[in-house]
Amino acid sequence: MAQVTTRPRARSTKAMIDRYKWYEVVALYAGMAVFLFFVLAPFIEGFLVSLKPLSQLFSTPYNFIPQNGSFDAYFQMWRSVPMLGMHIFNSFFISSVVTLIVVIIVVPAAYAFARFQFAGSGLLLGMFLAVNMFSGAVLLIPLFRLMRQLMLLNTYWAMIVPGAAFLIPSSIWLLRTYMMRIPRELDEAAWVDGASRLYTLRRVILPLAMPGIVVVAIMTFIGAYAQQFIFALTFNSRTEFMPLPVGLFAFFGKQEVQWNELMAASFVGILPVMIVIVFLQRYLVAGLTAGAVKQ
Amino acid sequence: MTGTRSASLFALALLAPALIYILIIVAYPLFDTVVLSFTNAALRPTYDFVGWANYQRIFGAGNFTEVILRTFIWTFFSVATKMIIGTLGATLLNAAIPGQTVFRILTMPPWIVPMAIGIFMWGWMYNGQFGMISGLLQNFGIISKPWPILAQGSSAFWATIVTDVWIGVPMVTIYLLAAIQSIPKDLYEAAWTDGASRSYRFRRITLPLMMPAMLTMSLLSLIATFNSFDIIWILTQGGPSGSTTTMIIDTYKTAIGSRKYGEGAARAVVICIFVSIFCLVYFRAVRKLSQGEAK
Repeated sequence: MAQVTTRPRARSTKAMIDRYKWYEVVALYAGMAVFLFFVLAPFIEGFLVSLKPLSQLFSTPYNFIPQNGSFDAYFQMWRSVPMLGMHIFNSFFISSVVTLIVVIIVVPAAYAFARFQFAGSGLLLGMFLAVNMFSGAVLLIPLFRLMRQLMLLNTYWAMIVPGAAFLIPSSIWLLRTYMMRIPRELDEAAWVDGASRLYTLRRVILPLAMPGIVVVAIMTFIGAYAQQFIFALTFNSRTEFMPLPVGLFAFFGKQEVQWNELMAASFVGILPVMIVIVFLQRYLVAGLTAGAVKQ
Repeated sequence: MTGTRSASLFALALLAPALIYILIIVAYPLFDTVVLSFTNAALRPTYDFVGWANYQRIFGAGNFTEVILRTFIWTFFSVATKMIIGTLGATLLNAAIPGQTVFRILTMPPWIVPMAIGIFMWGWMYNGQFGMISGLLQNFGIISKPWPILAQGSSAFWATIVTDVWIGVPMVTIYLLAAIQSIPKDLYEAAWTDGASRSYRFRRITLPLMMPAMLTMSLLSLIATFNSFDIIWILTQGGPSGSTTTMIIDTYKTAIGSRKYGEGAARAVVICIFVSIFCLVYFRAVRKLSQGEAK
């Protein structure tokens, strides 16, 4: 429905409609180039910086292209910040646990909203949507108090528990939309055959909803990885639990910032996420839009 | 179906984990924020209720209304720019030109990459002494001496907006692209057969049918931007001399920085009131749109 397809189905008419004049093609590519430059410039510059020795960064005039560039920073950074590997691991660990919690909580909830009309179901659904609108930053003070009461400060849980909470609502909406597309007759047939409701959910719906669940899991993982800043900054002061975004501050020395190593560490930290995206972008685009465009 | 009552109970049982989780981690803190805002809570363990004193103090100072105004200006320019660039980007990505898939993948990095890492890259580009922007402008002779972008109030303000736009554009673009692609193809075919030009088809078919998605996206984007914390905190921490202090930053500084929980909570409540208003508008828009769709 709202899927982004790259291959047009009806070649004939579509190809004719989309036939561009030469100057239109030039304009499209020029527009694309400007657009992509804006999007990619920080990455290009960041990568070039990671190849430069520090002395070259702090010299004028400014050089865009590195002279005698090398991958030294990619080796040196592990010595400059000994905990770097740990920070990268922490980011993955926190995101993975958040994803696990979100999926376990969201799958039954999405099914309930997709299939059952009960008193207050619309209201509850609206409430979950509203939660989406409040950022963790606004609730930081009481969350801090709550984490302190639960003795979770300076543990992984102080970043995992609130992190998951703010990712649950959007995931419910996304998976609900997906599950509503699974024909209701399948559930009813299973019930007629005497299957219990829970059995139906497990054996009929779950396998059919798997692609949707995978999308939710990937999006949650990316979201969890991306949002790791404010909770980690406020609820954790122990270096060994710091996720990468906060851990990167270790490159900010007293006199100068190790920009080349900071950039190198950034690239190593985002590489795995990028690989996931390149392989799964089709599912992602479909999933991202399925929940939103048609509700 | 037999027994709607047992069905409702089953649905509630499925919802329970999500509900309990959100009640503890989001709803209770929200309630706690309101309670705290009427107290003089600070670092010491005990505190008293002080009535409206916190609200009188923050609105009496004059500085806070300035912060509110700044937040709205910041949000307005950021969202408006995101929507314009996103619409252009979606139109470009929809064009049937070779390389389309690659362009679509290359659009996504700012959205996928952990926010903090993208912001660090911008932090370097903005560096006054040696950063890319100041450096290139000097190399081309446009400016004669280093431009400390983040050290001057006005340029820091716009610089944080540019970074926010950069982070938000991919999401807007992909969402609007999906909206364009869900427009029935036969509309274009009919218009094309009637000899309508490309720009006419865009103005009379694409734009009007994109409107609902654009409205939804601008409201979602408005709420996210209003709550934006990481970008400003990493780039300027609200400085220089308060020129980038938005409501979220102000709240964080008061509550976490100065440990004035009560005063911070009062600020957070004001944010919550604004967010609730946005939410109401959003719900109304969604309802109106879905009614329009049903007709």
